[in-house]
Amino acid sequence: MPVPILKQGDCLIASIQSALTDAELLDLRDELSGRVGRHRSKGVIIDVTALDVLDSFASRTLRTIAEMMRLRGAETVIVGIQPEVAFSMVQLGLSLDGVTTVLDLEEGLAHLERGRRNRVANARG
Amino acid sequence: MPEGDVSVPIRSDADVVAARSLGRSVAESHGFGATDVTMIATAISELARNILKYAQEGEIMVEPIRRDSQAGVSVVARDAGPGIADVGLAMQDGFSTANSLGLGLPGTRRLMDEFEIVSSVGSGTVVRAIKWLR
Repeated sequence: MPVPILKQGDCLIASIQSALTDAELLDLRDELSGRVGRHRSKGVIIDVTALDVLDSFASRTLRTIAEMMRLRGAETVIVGIQPEVAFSMVQLGLSLDGVTTVLDLEEGLAHLERGRRNRVANARG
Repeated sequence: MPEGDVSVPIRSDADVVAARSLGRSVAESHGFGATDVTMIATAISELARNILKYAQEGEIMVEPIRRDSQAGVSVVARDAGPGIADVGLAMQDGFSTANSLGLGLPGTRRLMDEFEIVSSVGSGTVVRAIKWLR
């Protein structure tokens, strides 16, 4: 099933609703990459609360998405990794090095809002 | 999940999702907690991925087992693919033949309590892994 992507201000929020196949994860990557350009987004939140497994392919794809978004000028924040999913990722030797991860959607929005304030402050000098 | 439906053929990425869903369902119905269920489902995901990547097709079987007074879940991943020439090498962290994160076998072994791999070049690979109920 496709992942709904909401636009909120200069952020995009991709809210994964159920387990995804590899093809669906790659569709999400391509869809986000296009939308970041269309909406000139500065931040992307990917909510993985509904994912019961984050295996090697999913981890690699999330890292790829984050790096693609960075190259397109947007910061990616992964939110909602469940405790048992985090434990299995560590056991398996997976990491999301270089990707910002926070507890939940609320924290994710707050993180991007801080980044936005810093940009405004810097622009004013 | 009907009783006896313990095997999932692995031929596409959708089958990887089906296999870990079967594992989750069998483990949950036999009393495993959330952490163990997720470890079993993650291990199945990696084993199913290896089947797709190296053998193109195969199957995953998930069954409740009992040894003496101990209950557990057994996962068997079987394929008739090219096989692994050096199983010892494949079990080392970081080893890969397909330029990926490695076979994921050492990591998968860490998710389970018992892990055994039988492979011969030309006739395929069978991985048997067990998680015991604590």
